[in-house]
Amino acid sequence: MRRVFNSQTIREILRPLGQIVVFVTASGVVLSLLILLLALLLRGSAADQATIERNGMDIFTYTLVNLPQVLIDGVTIGFVYAAIALGYTMVYGVLEFINFAHSEIFAIGAFVGVEALIFLESAGMLSGASNLSAYLWLILAILLGMIAAGSVAILVEMSAYRPLRHAPRLVPLISAIGVSFFLQDAIRLIESLTTGQFHRIIPTFGNFDERFSLASIPYLGTNINLDIQVKSVWVIFAAILMLVGLNYLVNATKLGKAIRSVAQDQATASLMGINVNRIISLTFLIGGALGGAAGVLYALKFTRIDPFVGFFPGIKAFTAAVLGGIGNITGALLGGIVLGMLETFAGSYLNVFTVGAFGAEYKDILAFGILILVLIFRPSGLLGEQVGQKA
Amino acid sequence: MNKRLFPIISLLMIAAMILTACAGGGATGGGTIKIATQSPLSGGQSAIGVDIKNGAELALEQLKGPLEAMGFKVELAPYDDQANPDQGVANAKRIVADPEVLCVVGHYNSGVQIPSSEEYHTANLANVSPANTNPRVTDRGYAEVSRIVGRDDVQGVVGAQFAFGKGMKTAYVIHDKTAYGQGIAEFFKREAERLGMQVVGFEGTEEKANFDAILAPVLAANPDVLYFGGIYDQASVLFKQAREKGYLGMFLSDDGYDSPEAIKIGGAALLEGGGVYYTTVAGPAKLYPGTAKFQTDFKAKYNADPKPFAAQGYDSMAICLKAIENAAVANGNKLPTRAQVTEAVRALKDFPGITGTINFNAKGDLTTAKYFVIQVTSADPEKWNDNTIDQTLEIAPPQ
Repeated sequence: MRRVFNSQTIREILRPLGQIVVFVTASGVVLSLLILLLALLLRGSAADQATIERNGMDIFTYTLVNLPQVLIDGVTIGFVYAAIALGYTMVYGVLEFINFAHSEIFAIGAFVGVEALIFLESAGMLSGASNLSAYLWLILAILLGMIAAGSVAILVEMSAYRPLRHAPRLVPLISAIGVSFFLQDAIRLIESLTTGQFHRIIPTFGNFDERFSLASIPYLGTNINLDIQVKSVWVIFAAILMLVGLNYLVNATKLGKAIRSVAQDQATASLMGINVNRIISLTFLIGGALGGAAGVLYALKFTRIDPFVGFFPGIKAFTAAVLGGIGNITGALLGGIVLGMLETFAGSYLNVFTVGAFGAEYKDILAFGILILVLIFRPSGLLGEQVGQKA
Repeated sequence: MNKRLFPIISLLMIAAMILTACAGGGATGGGTIKIATQSPLSGGQSAIGVDIKNGAELALEQLKGPLEAMGFKVELAPYDDQANPDQGVANAKRIVADPEVLCVVGHYNSGVQIPSSEEYHTANLANVSPANTNPRVTDRGYAEVSRIVGRDDVQGVVGAQFAFGKGMKTAYVIHDKTAYGQGIAEFFKREAERLGMQVVGFEGTEEKANFDAILAPVLAANPDVLYFGGIYDQASVLFKQAREKGYLGMFLSDDGYDSPEAIKIGGAALLEGGGVYYTTVAGPAKLYPGTAKFQTDFKAKYNADPKPFAAQGYDSMAICLKAIENAAVANGNKLPTRAQVTEAVRALKDFPGITGTINFNAKGDLTTAKYFVIQVTSADPEKWNDNTIDQTLEIAPPQ
């Protein structure tokens, strides 16, 4: 047991934690400064007039007062994207192919977790549960979601990807899109047959909906409130745990070494006595399980799920993986946080800054526009692609 | 194809054709009459859609006697429009292509009814709407389209006047970008501004889960009332997230909010602060004097209380059946044409429906329609029908 706490272990745990702190702070500070600068430039414009009329404060104050909430929302959704992006990036790192069915794996995790909670609620276990037992039930739901999503991911790999491993690149990609549709409708079918409807609502339990105040700073007659919901804390905490755990697994264990060696060279890895098929299955299992956990967290944060719930988070997580540099675990983390923040910033301020000409609906256009800009100047993502180096 | 198989298959096909022809021919003495329903039977709005169908089914069972006595076989043809315009139009094409369908009870969503009814209009097929409130449903002047509920250009106004009456000074309006949701939101906004309220925001969104970005400007503006034009499956998630973010004002929505699912999604937090109100054109079945028997029958058959619009589904079917009966009688007890049924629907005078006495004007609107303002009072979805009725109004449609 002494080896568990050697210096490498500690390094592999601390390094991603450090990266998270750096990424969150850096992207938060950069975006906040940009938006405040923009607000300063817009002083005295029509947008400023409209804000004064509507909210009784000028545009700079408005931006500043809303900033903490926007940052917290952005970080929360960013971590969700990062957790999903891990699944894309791991598979890409090992097999160099995009597993488009990952968004449905995410949805399966969400459904299994939510159904488990609904079952617990109908069994009377959730109502009046103390906070501690509510947390335990949530952890149980997340674990069930992880198991289900992980096993489906392995099944998908064995049935839809393994027979095509030596086919041209496009073939498994199309197979993945097919699997994605198949899984969507399979969820729909199973849910319709068993529950009669396929839109599910996560039960309200525990103190997840409550919010606690971190700080309240008086500023020019208004208060800048800094408060956060319990469930957002859970989402962020769970995502950090997953990121750190995965990083440790890949970089500091024997299994991780095997994954990395398969990513570098499958033939040589198998000559060294590594069972390549098993390692690839394992990659899908880990990626799928992380996606499943993200699914349950997503349902917790946003209440409602349907069989198509995976589509947009999936696309965005994929984008996050590309933005950070696909195949790169750190990149997925950075990409997720940056994309989540960009999206929330755009959604929250577009309307005000353009005097209503562009609503929050246009947030994706702005976020993806910036993505295109980044990729023009850094085609392999912010941190660079890492294929054949690291899973 | 195998050479020996070909003649056998051909023979089988010919036999099949003859048999079908016989079946068709044998029925001409009476004939089969189908009445189609179109509503969302699957998806997020199925809770209401299924009960529209069930209400219609119940009416068919109870009221098909006179037509059967004439020797007709009366059947229900339920279609699932999935609350999706494309699906609704595709179903409408299939309905129109089936010559036995003489009347359509249909649509929950105006955005689905409007394009689908173009098909009914071309085919001269009568369509009685149990729930569509957008003005365009009847403003196109189609003789085929009639509705037994009120209109959004009245309902939106009722909502705005209610908010104003409650002393609300600022409103933030969000809608779902459908013909229905955006339509009613615009009527609300126009009336609110006319009354002197300040509308501090007007936005459309198709988002169904993550409302963070939509809500940021709402929270900053902190309006007295947050109005949502659209359906409960979106509205409740939005309201819930708004409360979670600390918004304490009043929530106000429209008849699309009228479903027990709404409070199941939103939870008790919605009732805090300014509470939740909605305007509706239907309301719970118990609001109508004639529905006592309907409620017990419905409960006996489907083992649940009727949801909003189930009684309207019942009445729409009753109107279809009565119109077909009248047309058949006028036709010498023979199967009427679609055009005759269409005429017979509008010709009904003082039709005793369970939701009231029904008379259509030249456009197909009710001569006077009921509007309700309802406050959600319990977080228990089972008690949705016991919500407090704040106002009941009877208003004639604008000309």
